[in-house]
Amino acid sequence: MNLPDIIKFVIDLLAVLLLALGIKGLSKVRSAREANILAAFAMLLSVVGLLSYYLGTSGISAQSWAWIIIGSLVGSFFGTLLSKKVPMTSMPETVALFNGFGGMSSLLVAIGAFLFPFNVVAKAGSLEPFINDVSISVSIFVGAITFSGSIVAMAKLQGWLSTPGWTQVKARHFVNIVFGVTSLVAFIYLISGNISSIWLLVIASTLLGIGVTLPIGGADMPVVISLLNSYSGIAAAAAGFVVDSQLLIVAGAMVGAAGLILTQVMCKGMNRSLISVLFGGSLSAQTITSSGSGEYTNITSCSVEECALTLEAANRVIVVPGYGLAVAQAQHTLREVTKKLEQNGIEVVYAIHPVAGRMPGHMNVLLAEADVPYEQLKEMDVVNPEFPATDVVLVLGANDVVNPQAKNDKSSPLYGMPVLDVQEARTVFVIKRGMSAGYSGIKNDLFDLPNTSMVFGDAKKVLSELIGELKDLGVGDK
Amino acid sequence: MNFDSLLWVLLLGSLLGLELIGKVPPTLHTPLMSGANAISGITMLAALTAIIKAEPNSPLLIIGSISLGFALFNVVGGFFVTDRMLAMFSRKSTKKNK
Repeated sequence: MNLPDIIKFVIDLLAVLLLALGIKGLSKVRSAREANILAAFAMLLSVVGLLSYYLGTSGISAQSWAWIIIGSLVGSFFGTLLSKKVPMTSMPETVALFNGFGGMSSLLVAIGAFLFPFNVVAKAGSLEPFINDVSISVSIFVGAITFSGSIVAMAKLQGWLSTPGWTQVKARHFVNIVFGVTSLVAFIYLISGNISSIWLLVIASTLLGIGVTLPIGGADMPVVISLLNSYSGIAAAAAGFVVDSQLLIVAGAMVGAAGLILTQVMCKGMNRSLISVLFGGSLSAQTITSSGSGEYTNITSCSVEECALTLEAANRVIVVPGYGLAVAQAQHTLREVTKKLEQNGIEVVYAIHPVAGRMPGHMNVLLAEADVPYEQLKEMDVVNPEFPATDVVLVLGANDVVNPQAKNDKSSPLYGMPVLDVQEARTVFVIKRGMSAGYSGIKNDLFDLPNTSMVFGDAKKVLSELIGELKDLGVGDK
Repeated sequence: MNFDSLLWVLLLGSLLGLELIGKVPPTLHTPLMSGANAISGITMLAALTAIIKAEPNSPLLIIGSISLGFALFNVVGGFFVTDRMLAMFSRKSTKKNK
């Protein structure tokens, strides 16, 4: 080993160590922000290590520098721009877009490596050229799926694409099998030296990514994004074999494995198996026929004024925020309401279901943005025993996560899903636009209970009216 | 580096990834996903290698450059957006510590 090799080796080791510490730290609230910066630093370090290695050995031509600088500037500029501008409510689709671009990057570099081989492949007759081809093909396959799947996921979350009815037909499995088999055939041709089949592989795996993602319903999308995130790690690891970089392999493998775990954790929170997310199609389409468990018979609706009066008399209030709140971007208005209540000496707690919001953990981010103190956010297991001692529960845009069917009705598709026991509280107000069903398309028994009152209207509008009513009552005027 | 040692690297890296995030509070799922996503942009190293090793005037330069752009979009944007999310949490916890 000469000097550049040693330096690069040390830098790579350090970068891997810092990346590992970064991922580790990201899973703890206290250290998360520093860990993210640490990981970013490790990435920078790895680039410095790579550039200095080539400067010290083969040198970097002026032409290469030019293309490096152009690519870096353009990519970093748009990445920074998007990351600063995007609203917090659009986080799921933003992560999907970033992820798709990561997959695109692996895809392009693999295509480039195949068409214009730059790695001096050693010794004819050895295994290495074969391994090289396999890694390139894996990188193309996984990269293309990650790219097309993530873009479809983003478009669906953004509302640009709906779930077309024909994608729920069983025949879609057949179509996807065709895409899958075509990819496999192209893959085999490619590694046996048939260069032209590279385009077939690119097209078939892109279509496969679209075909698998398109039928998946909005509620399951976060799981898919997490899975695709794991794929992009695998694509990176495969690219690591292509350019012979241990650092890339380790980092890619870590992200791939961590992504799988995270996907699993999310599935558990939603009481869904990964298989049913991927191949079951949209949940609402499945259950629409099976869930006709009757009409609502005992709906009590009430005005904002009544709601305000009850709130004023309460000692303890639990807020259950959900997807509807995120969509209405009403987290700031909600915060104003709870501030008023707190000023009146009312204890306010937020009950956060593991999958509240548009993505697990998303609700915490949104409420943190609205300045809700972290200590007031309580997780499901902590808050569930507290409902019986609670005067008022405000359900804002949440539905399936407060459905008592999940506990009581064995025939319900929701049965077994962990839910918030809001019905144990003295009074429950459900703020909702209308009587439409939640994601699952299942009737919510909570709405029929005698202690539940519906306040119909857009979450943001109702909350602003609530502020007015509370003001009239003199709540929080101190 | 020869192939079998790279496979060891792959295996140990995967095991490390499985170990690293054993218990993640749901609060952090979104930021963790976003942060891990930024790290997956490490393919920028592959893109850089391709550009550096390309022959003069080879189309590989352009392909590599586009690939690098996509990767850095992912990396830079991903880290910034994760930081934005986490900044909201840490603001609260520093308040608490005071």
